[in-house]
Amino acid sequence: MPPKLRIVDLHKRYGHLEVLKGINLEVQWGEKVVLIGPSGAGKSTLLRCINFLEKPSAGHIYLDGELIGERPANGGYAHLGERELAVTRARIGMVFQRFNLFPHLSALENVAIGPYRVLSKTKAESERIAAALIEKVGLGAKANAFPERLSGGQQQRVAIARALAMQPSLMLFDEPTSALDPELIGEVLQVIRQLAAEGMTMLIVTHEVNFAEDVADRVLFVDDGVIVEEGSPQAILRSPQHTRTRSFLRAVLER
Amino acid sequence: MTSDAFAFWRIFFARLPVFLPVLLKGALTTVEITFASLVVAIVLGLLLALLRHARVPILSGLATAYVDLLRAVPVLTTLFIIYFGLAYLGVRLSSFAAAITGLGLLGAAYMAEIHRAGIESIHRGQREAALSLGMTPATAMRYVVLPQAFRVVIPPTANYAIGLLKDTAVVSTVAAPELLFAAKTLVSQTLLPMQIYLLAALVYLSLSLPLARLAHYVEVRLSRGG
Amino acid sequence: MGAVLAVYGEYLGRWLPPLLRAAVVTLELAALSIAVGLILGLVVALMKMSHLGALRRAAGSYIEVIRGTPALTQIYIVYFGLAGIGIRLDNFTAAVAALGINTAAYMAEIYRAGIESVHKGQREAALSLGMTPARAMRYVVLPQAWSVVLPPGTNLAIAILKDTSLASAIATPELMSRAYDLVGQTWRPMDIYVLAALIYAAMCLPLGLLVRRLERPARRGEVEEPGGPRRRIGLRGPWTAVGTKGAGGKGEAGGGAAAAPGRMT
Repeated sequence: MPPKLRIVDLHKRYGHLEVLKGINLEVQWGEKVVLIGPSGAGKSTLLRCINFLEKPSAGHIYLDGELIGERPANGGYAHLGERELAVTRARIGMVFQRFNLFPHLSALENVAIGPYRVLSKTKAESERIAAALIEKVGLGAKANAFPERLSGGQQQRVAIARALAMQPSLMLFDEPTSALDPELIGEVLQVIRQLAAEGMTMLIVTHEVNFAEDVADRVLFVDDGVIVEEGSPQAILRSPQHTRTRSFLRAVLER
Repeated sequence: MTSDAFAFWRIFFARLPVFLPVLLKGALTTVEITFASLVVAIVLGLLLALLRHARVPILSGLATAYVDLLRAVPVLTTLFIIYFGLAYLGVRLSSFAAAITGLGLLGAAYMAEIHRAGIESIHRGQREAALSLGMTPATAMRYVVLPQAFRVVIPPTANYAIGLLKDTAVVSTVAAPELLFAAKTLVSQTLLPMQIYLLAALVYLSLSLPLARLAHYVEVRLSRGG
Repeated sequence: MGAVLAVYGEYLGRWLPPLLRAAVVTLELAALSIAVGLILGLVVALMKMSHLGALRRAAGSYIEVIRGTPALTQIYIVYFGLAGIGIRLDNFTAAVAALGINTAAYMAEIYRAGIESVHKGQREAALSLGMTPARAMRYVVLPQAWSVVLPPGTNLAIAILKDTSLASAIATPELMSRAYDLVGQTWRPMDIYVLAALIYAAMCLPLGLLVRRLERPARRGEVEEPGGPRRRIGLRGPWTAVGTKGAGGKGEAGGGAAAAPGRMT
């Protein structure tokens, strides 16, 4: 069975600035991979390349063994158009640092809009799916509330439900708790833990080192556009080999 | 000399019941022209704004050029081009039609800017969230961006509408039967320019002030909550 | 093809000089009206912010009335109306007077917004240094308000430039009047009015670019609320001539610096 996600020699340049300098990564079915590293290291960019919110400058990405985001053309490769990319994106769920809930829709409608407008399910069916997921993240009572009435933690949980409504086989979390007040972080991490226990394949960018240790099958330390070190959470977080990893962890754990 | 001046005012007030209906009839046409032009401007403006986002660079470049150019030219000039210029080329428009065309086309340029600013004011993350759910850009625009942009766009559109109301006065120069033209005609018949034009100004005020208050109210309501 | 160009070239040679001369009159009209508007507008703005209720109300009414009526009507009142009661102005003076008065009402709002945008603490700091309110205004508040005033002010200037075309209705010898006469002589409205339009564009577009450059440092204020971003948009673009017309004295669709309580035309 092919890996869920395979990234081959991924590069991303913005003009002269190269943010990703050759990333190679394989994620197996059901694996939880956590990315840690300093700001600007390229972790978010990597996630955004996987669902093609950013177009890679070089390299290839394979989902379930098939090449995504490009097609062979003219002896090389050409990026797919937005409409084709949309199909791929429906298979991958993304949770953003700033939640990005749709303010003009209630929590329920936020979660239902994916099935309704993308998967073309009926409104009733979509709302049924949505209600179940909102219940699952613990916000059944707030289904009809609008985002501005929800706390950050509640909004992020709705955002997770929204992504799950598309029934993705891979979930990307881009610093899901970085924008939250400390006391709200726990409830979101709990939902992610539950999801992990259910077997979802995940790629998580986070600063929460303890959480990483709990949930991760593998931890990657990313710095300056490359994967500096990777291994089991215990290996990386307790006994990092690389000096850069060590100095980063020292700085982070001093908090 | 003084008694003469008062005489004019006395005549004016005596004939007021005759003058007012004439002006009000013109005011009705003013409102009609405003409304029709507004509709054209909003619809065309939205189209233009979406065009500027288009993939095809020629289209978005043309749309941008249209907007920039039209806003660098006075209404009067555009109106004359449409009314007199087109007539010369064989297309004879009524002054009413020319008014709506001219004001509508010009308005589209302003509305395009308003729409564009509205769309751009929607945080980029909204679009990204929509795309990451698997929506196509068109779907994202339709169900996520535009509904939000709509609310942002309402106050400037309301203000624009008020400006449009006043701009209809320009079409009096091509004899469209709106308020100022009715006033002009009345003045040439009665030789009471100050009185008639002041009355016309009053009628304009009675149209624009309530609209302005309404626009302000809407703006406050939208910015507060709900 | 070459023949057509040659013919057009000849026409252009005959039409451009008088039109360009008239364009100079347009610029004169605009410049004078703007000057009147700048000074009168400042007076009205200060009146509006004064402690005396009567002054405030007078200024407020002035702004509301002027901004609630079309510029063309105001021109007619000044030219024909005043003549009707015995005050005869020539069409140039009447145009400047009417446009100046009109400009002042919009300028007053722009000044007010600019002054109010300067943080209250600035004035307090100045006063606590021992400055009189007048000194504080002059040396501390106004210089800072200036940069906020410039973009919408420039937009207003563009709007006035275009509004000078209305003076053609009272036969002031500016660009549109001249074009109208020329059309009467040559019976070629399309060519001549398009030419006039291009001349206006040539005058207004550079100003518009200037506005864009002025607006760039002060971008629209983005307020990030994770729940419901309700942004006040600042219209970024050359003629932000949309503002609170007729809503005299009330707020404007503000954003960074740009949205001006200006006019449309």
